[in-house]
Formats: sequence, C-alpha cells, structure tokens
Amino acid sequence: MELILSLAIGVMTGCGVWLILRPRTYQVIVGLSLLSYAVNLFIFGVGGVKSNMPPILSDDVLPATLSDPVPQALVLTAIVIGFATTALFLVVLLASRGLTGNDHVDGREEQR
Amino acid sequence: MPFLGSLASAFILNTTSRDLPVAVAATVTACCLALCILAYPNVVDGNVLRFEAEWLPQFGLNFTLRMDGFAWIFSTLITAIGLLVVLYARYYMSEDDPIPRFFSFLLAFMGAMLGIVVSGNVILLSVFWELTSIFSFLLISYWHHNAAARDGARMALTITGIGGFCLLVGMLLLGNITGTYDLDKILASGDMIREHPLYLPTLIFILLGALTKSAQFPFHFWLPNAMAAPTPVSAFLHSATMVKAGVFLLVRLWPALSGTYEWFFLVGLAGMLTLLLGAYFAIFQQDLKGLLAYSTISHLGLITTLLSLGSPLATVAAIFHMLNHATFKASLFMAAGIIDHETGTRDMRRLSGLLRYLPITATLAMVASAAMAGVPLLNGFLSKEMFFAEAVETHADSWLDRILPYVATLAGAFSVTYSLRFIHTVFFGPKPEGLPKSEPHEPPHWMRFPIEFLVIVCLIVGIVPSISIAPFLSTAVMSVLGAKTPEYSLAIWHGFNIPLLMSAIALIGGVLIYVAIRRYLATCEDGPPFIRRLRGQRIFERVLVAVSWRWARWAESRIGTRNLQPQLRWIVFIGFLAGLLPLWFAGFEARPFVFTGVDPAFAVLWVLGAGMSLAAAYLAKYHRLAALVLLGGVGLVVCITFVWLSAPDLAITQLLVEVVTTVLILLGLRWLPKRNAQLVDQMTIRARARRFRDLVLAVSCGIGMSFTAFAVMTMPVPDAIANYFLENAYSEGGGRNVVNVILVDFRGFDTMGEIAVLGVVALTVYALLRRFRPAADSFAVPEQQRIQARFDEEQPERAPGDTVRDYLLVPSVIMQWMFPVIITFAVYLFMRGHDMPGGGFSAGLTMSIAFLLQYLAGGTRWAEDRIRILPLRWMGVGLLTAMATGMGAWLLGYPFLTSHFQYLDLPLVGKVPAATALLFDLGVFMLVVGSTVLILVALAHQSIRINRLRAIEAAKAEET
Repeated sequence: MELILSLAIGVMTGCGVWLILRPRTYQVIVGLSLLSYAVNLFIFGVGGVKSNMPPILSDDVLPATLSDPVPQALVLTAIVIGFATTALFLVVLLASRGLTGNDHVDGREEQR
Repeated sequence: MPFLGSLASAFILNTTSRDLPVAVAATVTACCLALCILAYPNVVDGNVLRFEAEWLPQFGLNFTLRMDGFAWIFSTLITAIGLLVVLYARYYMSEDDPIPRFFSFLLAFMGAMLGIVVSGNVILLSVFWELTSIFSFLLISYWHHNAAARDGARMALTITGIGGFCLLVGMLLLGNITGTYDLDKILASGDMIREHPLYLPTLIFILLGALTKSAQFPFHFWLPNAMAAPTPVSAFLHSATMVKAGVFLLVRLWPALSGTYEWFFLVGLAGMLTLLLGAYFAIFQQDLKGLLAYSTISHLGLITTLLSLGSPLATVAAIFHMLNHATFKASLFMAAGIIDHETGTRDMRRLSGLLRYLPITATLAMVASAAMAGVPLLNGFLSKEMFFAEAVETHADSWLDRILPYVATLAGAFSVTYSLRFIHTVFFGPKPEGLPKSEPHEPPHWMRFPIEFLVIVCLIVGIVPSISIAPFLSTAVMSVLGAKTPEYSLAIWHGFNIPLLMSAIALIGGVLIYVAIRRYLATCEDGPPFIRRLRGQRIFERVLVAVSWRWARWAESRIGTRNLQPQLRWIVFIGFLAGLLPLWFAGFEARPFVFTGVDPAFAVLWVLGAGMSLAAAYLAKYHRLAALVLLGGVGLVVCITFVWLSAPDLAITQLLVEVVTTVLILLGLRWLPKRNAQLVDQMTIRARARRFRDLVLAVSCGIGMSFTAFAVMTMPVPDAIANYFLENAYSEGGGRNVVNVILVDFRGFDTMGEIAVLGVVALTVYALLRRFRPAADSFAVPEQQRIQARFDEEQPERAPGDTVRDYLLVPSVIMQWMFPVIITFAVYLFMRGHDMPGGGFSAGLTMSIAFLLQYLAGGTRWAEDRIRILPLRWMGVGLLTAMATGMGAWLLGYPFLTSHFQYLDLPLVGKVPAATALLFDLGVFMLVVGSTVLILVALAHQSIRINRLRAIEAAKAEET
C-alpha cells in the first residue's frame, strides 16, 4: 500500500514539476493541479495509511484505532484552497492572454 | 517644547504675515533659554538634573533626560544663538519665502539638537541624532528650487545618515559591553569599556558617527555644500549646532572612551588633517561662506585634535574653544549674510571697499575675524593659547604627537591668513564695481543686533575671562571630568613662553603668507591649488552613481529576471535542496525494508493513475482537452484512494472540486490560443539542454518525494494530537465525524480564515473579469455548428440555434429535473456533516453544482431568467453568519468560536445534532456556494459579453 502510494506521489510530483517549468500557461495550470494532488496525498499519508477505519466515532470501535483525522482536516482545506487558486490562476491566465495575445508565461514569446 | 513650537508653526503654514511665525519661534526659543538659565543652580558643582519616563521598559530603555553642567552650557548656547538666529532671520528672509516652514524646521531642528544634548540614554541620543540629520536636510534644502541646495542637502543627509547609523551600531555595542544604555552608568564604566575586546569596533563606529557629523576629514566635504542653505541656517548649523553635535558626543563619551592609543591615533589623525587641510582650503575660497565653512572645518579639527590628546587640560581647552568658536562663527556668518543681502554677491573677487558703505558691520566682522585668527584680547586667542600649550606637551609619544606643535603653528598661520583675507578683500580696497545691488547700505538695526551682541561677548570673554566665562566653564568641565578636573587659568597673560611665541609666529607668518599670495588670490579660481581637482564631492558623487545605478543595474541584470521559468526553476531547486540538506547532514538511517503487501486492485488503480498523469504531462502542450480529461482521471484516482484509505470526507470534497474545476477549465479553454506552427520545429541544442535540465530536476524531485513519502508512511506514527481529537470530538465538539468537528470546532478559526480566502479569491476573479479584454476566438465556428446553423436558416419556421436546443432537449430536461434532487442532496450532506461524512464544504460545492447544471442545461440567459442567484449576497451572508456564530460565544463569556451543542428532536426529521458549530458550518456552506457560483458565472458571462461586444463593434463598423 505505502509503496504504491509513495510511487504515485513521486510520479505526480515529477510530472507536476516538469509541467510548471514549461513555458505555456496551460501546462503550468495542469502542473499545479498535479502537484497539489501529490502534496495532498503526501500530507494525507503522513498520518499513516489505514483501510476501512474512517475517523467517525461509533460505539463499537476504539477511537485510537481509527485513522488520523488531523491530516484529513488539513487536506480538506487544502483541496478547497487549491480549487480557489486554480480558479484565480485560470483567470489571470485568461487576462494575460487577452492583454498580451499569447499564452507564454512571460507574456511574450521567448527569443530562442 | 521646540517640537511643539514647530508644530505650531506648521499649523500656520499659509499665513501671509511675516511676524507671526517669528513671534512664535522667538517666544519658544526665549522660553527654552529662560528654562535653561533657571536650571543653572541645579547643575553647578557637578550636580545632575534628571527626568525619567518609561519608554520601552521591556528593552531596558527609558526616556531619560539629564542635564549636567556640560549639557547646560550647550543648551544655553543652542537656545541663545537660536534666539539670535530667529531675530536675524526675521530680516534676512525675503518676502517670497515661505516663512512658517522655515521656522517650523528651525525649531524642530533646535529641539532635536537640545535632545542630543540632554538625553540621558544613548539610544535616545542616537534617535535625536538622526532627527538632526533629517531636519538639517530639510533646512539645507529649504530653497528647494535651487539645485545646489538639493544636492548639498542630499549629500549632508547621506553622509550624516550613514554616520548616524554607524553611531547607532556603536551605541548598541557600547550597551552590549556595559549591559546598560544609561549614559551615567556607561560613563562610570570607562575602564571596563577600554579593556573589552569589542572596544576597537565600538570606538570606530562611534567615531564614524561623530566625525561625519562634525565634518572631519575625510567626510568634510558635505559642510561646504551645505552652505547652499539660507544664511541664518548656516550660522546656526556651523556655529552652535549640527557640526558641534559630533564634538559634543566626543566630549560626552570622553570619560568612557578616551585615553587609549587607538583613541589618540584615530581622533588625532582625523583632527590634525582636518585642522590643516580645512585652513589650507579656506585660504583659497572665493565664496565668503565657503571660506567660513572651511574655517569651521578647520576649527572643528582643532577641537577634535584637542580631544584626542586625552589630557584633562586639553579637554578644558576643547570645551572652551567650542563656545568661542560658536560665538565668533555665528557672528561671522551673519555678517556674511548681511554682505550678501546688501550687495547681492558673495564672490570675494567682486567685493571690495565695503567699509565705506557698511562701517558698523565691517567693524563687527573685523573683530569677529580677529577672534577667529586668535588675536590677543579676544576669546579666540585664549583657547588657541591653550591649544598651543597642549600641543607642545607630549601626551602619547609617537610621530603624530611630535609633529603636532608644527601642525598647530602652521594651521594657526593659515587661519590668520584667511581671516585677514576675509577682512582685507571685502572691506578695504577700491570701490566695488558691477555689484548686483549698486548702493549697499547698513541693514536695519535689529538685523545687526545679533552680531553686535556676539561680538561684545567675544570681547568680554577675551578681556576679562575670569569673571565672565570662568564659572560656567568650570561647571561644564566639572561635569565631564569630575574628579580629574585640572587646575587651569584663563588669564590673558602667562608670561613669555612657548605658546606665546607660537602665537606670534602664527600671526606674523599668516600676515606674510597673505602678503605673498595676495595677487594670486585676487584672481585665482575657486579652490586650493594642486589639489583642486581632488574633490570629496566628486568622489562622493561617483560612489553614489556607482552604488545606486551601476551596481544596482548590474545586480538586476545578473541576479534578477522578469521571466517566470527561471524563477520557478530556482524555487523548485531550492525547495529540493531544502528537503535534501537536512537529511544529508543528519545522515540517513537505514531501516529494514518492510514490504506490507500490495493490493492488486490498488496497484492497477495507480498504474492507471500514474499513466494518466504522465500522459497529461505529455499532452498538456498541444492537446489541452485530452490533458484536461486525463487530469480529471487522475483526480478520480486520487478520490478513490481517499475512499480506500478511510477518508470519506476528502473523497466527497475531492470529487466535487474535480467537477467544478473541470467545468471551470472547460469554460476557459475557449480563450487559449491555437498552436503556433512557426514555433514548433526549432529544437536548438540550448532548448534541448534546458529541457533535459528540467527533466532531471523533475525526476529528482519525484524520486525524492517518493522516498520521503515512503519513509514517512512506514514510520510508526507518533502519539500526536490525533488521539486528543479522536477522544474529545464527541465529548467536547458534539460530533462523531472527527474531521468535521476539527474543521468547525477545534480549528474553527483556521476554517474562518480559509473561507475568507475563498471569498477574496472569488471577488478577485470577479474583478479581474470585469475589465477582461478577451482575446480573439481561437477557432472558427466548428463545422458541425455551421451545418446546424445553415439548416436552421433554410427552414423558415426555425430560428438559429434551435437544432442545438433540440438535440440537447432530453439531457437538459433531466438536468432541470435534477435540480431539486441535488439541492436535497446538498441539504442532506450538510445536515449529517457533524456525525457522518459531509459538511459545509461538500454541501456548498454540491449546491453550486446544482446551479451550474441549470446553466449548462438551459444556457446562461435561460437560467438567469428563472433563478436569480446573487452570489455576492450568499458570500456576505455566509461570512457574517460564521463571524456572528463565533462572536456569539462572547455574549456567553466564552472565547471566540467556542461552540455549544445539543440534540434537537425535530418533527419528521428526527434527532438532529444542533451544535452552534452547525451554524458556523452554515456560514461556510453559504460562502462556498457564493464563491463558486460567482467564479463560474463570471467566467461563463464572458462568452455572452464577447458576443455583445462584437455586435457593438460590428454596428460601429457599419456606421463608419
């Protein structure tokens, strides 16, 4: 379980980093989304990985055996904030495209 | 008090009256002077007048004012000369100058100077020190339409500002050594300071402060440039205040710092060089005020030299000379101002024979400059004699000490030369020709009064020192030297001795020098021969240009970039290093590899997920839609992972966010440009190298993250706060869903901040899109739509767009029917949120998806005709609800956001948890709905707006 999850995090981080270093705004937005998946999963994984033990109290389960709720709460906020930043970035991207006429991250085509 | 006066003057800035600000300034100054004089009985015999108020007690800093004899004599000097300057300025300033501003600055400056003199705390002292720098800047640049005034002021501020900063550093070091910032305690612990290893740096920093302020070589050049100020300011700055602050500080800290070889060498070298060079430069000035400015520098060098000697007697001489210099230099500057005022020029090549026009002023100026030259029976003579006597004595045996008598005599001769030159050129000789003002005449009596007064003081002190100045001087000296106060005599006649001989040599030598070079001086250029080219000002400007322009440009072009990619690359790289280095230094601890087994289904899931994320990365450049679909796929995989690993809340939120994000990006895709065919095929080597570098970076980051994640996840989870939340969620938060309880109760404040961020983002998006200038459509209308449109146009009974509506009829009806269902679902998610997965966030997102579907189903216009959503109100009400819930706890006497809970039995619904946290969650819910809908609708409206804009443009085009 942990092995797969960490490999997955690694792959998504790699893809995300690669994409945010690219010159097109759309690549950067996709890259940021991938990076945020990876980071969310990482934070989530810090609390330990347990199956079928959601942190919902009931009378017949010991609280200590449930999975860690703190990273979950953190990631929940992170997901929502991630959505907000994606939206903001998308709009900045569109505005920049409207003002400069291209979709390069610097607003002008690079002199290669 | 002067600060109050300054403020008062500032309030009457617009007055046209000339007398009102003068009256204010004069009253304030006179009151200060009276206060000073009244305080005299308290400071005789080494007593100290103290005032203390708490300032920053936690740092051990108190607002301490102390006045001892030395501070007293200085305060009296400052206020007395200040009063005379105010009187003089009344007549000097012209009608057009903004008088209140001038007096406001002058009073503030005086206040700052008094502050330096009476502060009893070294930090306070450096605060006032900086204030004098600032106000002198304002005063020098008073005629700010004049470029020379601006440059001079800027230079003065730069130099003294740097000095002030050094002083602060020195004071902090001093405080570090002694453990206190209190001046008395510092002065008492002189031995400790001198033996401390930090003594030398402390000394250097403090000296940098004092020497820059007192215009000592090599920082002397700001002072002559500062004479671009109005003459009253020059008279004040050069005599009693600004430049005296430096030497004042040296005297003040004399008991604590002096007496070492370093002190003698640093202070003495600077002092002697300044003494000699200042006098030498002064001879060759053509500007009256320039001559006086350099002579000030030279006299300050003299005082500094005296202080460097470290003997008590020399300190007496230094204090005495400070007073004398203040009196004669102030009067000389005022006389120069009168000459300037009456003739319109200060150029000594044009002035001559003014004695016949200005007999009284001329006489006064002659007496004052004789005092400056050190002629017997005047005050300058006395202190100069003391200086010569000290110069002859051996203090610290070195070459510097041995050359001192010769330097002193030479400088004395120079000072005679320039004094003589001043008098002779200006007042004697033929009638002046071609003056800007043809008929100079005596100024009003009250303008001349300050000079008269000061000159009379010079005479009294010079003729009967023992009954005029001696008691005050001894008070001042006592307070500095304490028990070490030496026997000294202020008599005029000490018999024939070496100092008298030196004086005679200096007098005769000075006259001879003047006679010898008179012809040359009458015609020569401004500035001394040989080293005229080497000007401190020029060097200063070069340095300024180099630092602020060339280096800055260089640094910007080398280090800075306006491109995003390098910045991100550095961020990623440094982030990677920041992750790696701690591990590297702490050493890796190898742990046995624990293989916990792999669930094949999970493995397959993530093979898919990884494949999709790689594909998304690959396709993001040219196949945006495909990349978006793949991104959504990855999101789904993440979502399933959350479900799998017991995080149902996360899964719900992730799923909903995924839906909204996808719609959002779909709305935005339209505005992105087409693939630019010209840019494609140029894969140069550099581009390849860059890509390779990025790839390496990405792969290393990925590998690093994998390792770290694996290491963290296989570590035993420490007993952290998790258990606290798990155990107390029900008993204290009243909910069974611990994640939700954490969000709305334990960490409610975080959530509060978070929804505020969400709201801010939504508003920003809205604001950005209001002024959106859309790019041209990237694609023409697709073929499918064109066929449909043609079909609609050919059939007479159909309107354009009907076909689209027809074939989307079934889905859109279903979507419309789904509206209530989804809303019910949102309510359900919301209500169960406290005990089961769900809550405000997910309910809010669900609700906004319900609205979104209506937009999708019927189009923007259709949807808005039927339901009016006011996202801004939703947001506002939501935020207010959350806040009000939090503040409700205050009413009951609990901290912000404390929640209360109980179960309510509602008819039909059954038992419902009714914690106040639920209300808070309601706020969250409403804000999420408002923000999400606002963002989406704002983006969706662009498609409508663009058509409208196009229509307007087309209409315009047709008209023209």
